[in-house]
Amino acid sequence: MMKENDIFPEVKDLTVEYVTKEETVQAVNDVLFTLRKGKTLGLVGETGAGKTTIAKSILQVLPVPPAVVKSGEILIEGQDLMKLSEDEMCKVRGKRVTMIFQDPMTALNPVMTVGHQIAEVVQLHDGVSGVEAKKRAEEMLEMVGIPAARYSEYPDQFSGRMRQRVVIAIALACNPDLLLADEPTTALDVTIQAQVLDLMRELNKVKQTSMILITHDLGVVAEMCDDVAVVYAGEIIESGTLADIFKKPTHPYTLGLFGSIPKIDDDSERLNPIMGLPPNPADLPNGCKFHPRCPYATEECARRDVQMTELTEGHFCRCLKAERR
Amino acid sequence: MIPVIIAVIIVVFTLLYLAPGDAASVILGSTYTEEAAVQIRAQLGLDQPYIVQLGNYLWNLCHLDFGESWVSGVSVASELSSRVPRTLAIGTASIIITALAGILLGVTAAVNQNKWQDTVSMILALLGTSLPGFFFALLLVLVFSYNLGWLPAYGMGGIRYYILPVLANSVGGIAMLARQTRSSMLEVIHSDYITMAKSKGLKPRDVIYQHTLPNAMIPVLTTIGMQFAGVLGGGVIIETVFSIPGVGYYLVTGCNNRDYNVVMACTIVISVTFSIVMLLVDLLMAAVDPRIKAQFAESALKKKKGGKAHA
Repeated sequence: MMKENDIFPEVKDLTVEYVTKEETVQAVNDVLFTLRKGKTLGLVGETGAGKTTIAKSILQVLPVPPAVVKSGEILIEGQDLMKLSEDEMCKVRGKRVTMIFQDPMTALNPVMTVGHQIAEVVQLHDGVSGVEAKKRAEEMLEMVGIPAARYSEYPDQFSGRMRQRVVIAIALACNPDLLLADEPTTALDVTIQAQVLDLMRELNKVKQTSMILITHDLGVVAEMCDDVAVVYAGEIIESGTLADIFKKPTHPYTLGLFGSIPKIDDDSERLNPIMGLPPNPADLPNGCKFHPRCPYATEECARRDVQMTELTEGHFCRCLKAERR
Repeated sequence: MIPVIIAVIIVVFTLLYLAPGDAASVILGSTYTEEAAVQIRAQLGLDQPYIVQLGNYLWNLCHLDFGESWVSGVSVASELSSRVPRTLAIGTASIIITALAGILLGVTAAVNQNKWQDTVSMILALLGTSLPGFFFALLLVLVFSYNLGWLPAYGMGGIRYYILPVLANSVGGIAMLARQTRSSMLEVIHSDYITMAKSKGLKPRDVIYQHTLPNAMIPVLTTIGMQFAGVLGGGVIIETVFSIPGVGYYLVTGCNNRDYNVVMACTIVISVTFSIVMLLVDLLMAAVDPRIKAQFAESALKKKKGGKAHA
């Protein structure tokens, strides 16, 4: 058994909906996962599967309205973040839990110097003077490979990937215990991508920072993660260690994901996609959410909800095929 | 800016030249005779061709000579020197109140979107935009002067005489600005960098005043500049309602009497003031928004380079 303060964080039964007058979008349904301190979890899934919503609900920065957290506990060292007051939550955000946002072009305030945007968070949480915060911010800039002399420039004077590095610098400035990285490398070219991943890995080693890495790049997952959770239509449909998922993928969707990666020594003319489209989250199918696209679907799949089944220790799969075994 | 002002002067001059009305008949009134009229026209240079008259007018303007009022014979420039400060005082006070109250209402509405504060602010804003300024002026006079007797209803004197006109002049602007601020704030509140600011652990107050408001202010600033035009224009009505001897009242009197020198001078003063305000707004925008500043710097650089290339 894992010790309680070893777990960082534990997410239980998280359900989030986006409610508007016209429709209710079930973005996240009963998501459950645990992460040990200093480990990295990869959240993998298609666009719109609810990965970003999971990250934003941990930080509690979902847009309200329309977002409604129906249920869920997010435990950090035995403390439920969902029960904290807004004031207490402010002390967690930016200090203990930080987030790297997906789109570097829109994540920085256009009328504030990049340096100040980093210094701001240092000054807020570490209680240092303005001068000290500025020095720290300059160090952070240098650390992500931006000359400190550019401290007082504005985001529009930076290229997309430099902005991404500023966003990363902000997230790392206060040495967080948990880093939520929402597609941190999607906007970057491969060289910079490698640098950024190295940076995150180092932090992970030195500071024992836990990480949740949101991505649809299976290569990045293979390189970075200890554990993997595959998300489909707001549900985790398979989770386990990196080896579990990559060596013994079980859920038909996970199999499909790996099947769709082109192989360099293959002669095939066409790619092998998963047929069909992700379901409309405002109108999810009954039973298994994947059954309309699943090549193994039976009539039973459409009828009843499927529970997570433990295949081997720590390797879970949400499929009737696995349940019957 | 200077070409705009010159163009305005020429257009206004031409319109008034083409407009019906005869200086001689205005000046002579009941003592009008054909001979006296011819004599006066010659004296004022009105018998000369259009282009000569325009040239003379512009030349006089360079010496700040606006001519004389046809009705009273008093120099228009000296009249203006006592009237412009009053109008500017009302205009400036109105725009400051408009900006403060409008932005405050708009921010309150946006921060409490779809709650009662939002509804109340927007109902007030709707009333403010749909009811004309002179109606408010009359309403204020009725309540505060006639019924309560707290403030004077018309005329000029101490600061008490300014309160009602400034209030009446601000209402429309406050309403418009509140709506603009609200929509601008809402747009910014839903942007990624505000979520980012929240995720840094900033207090909601700081998120609003340090991150949201500065960004939301950019379109609002332009509106405030435009409002100033509205305030100057609205001043014409407000000064008439409250009988305040300012530029607006002067303009109305001039129009009624076909006193074209007065009309010309007032129009020029208002348009010059407006041009200066718009220039100030542009400079202010550059100070607030680094993207606009960068654009200015870039085009200045291009001009310099281009100049060298041509030389």
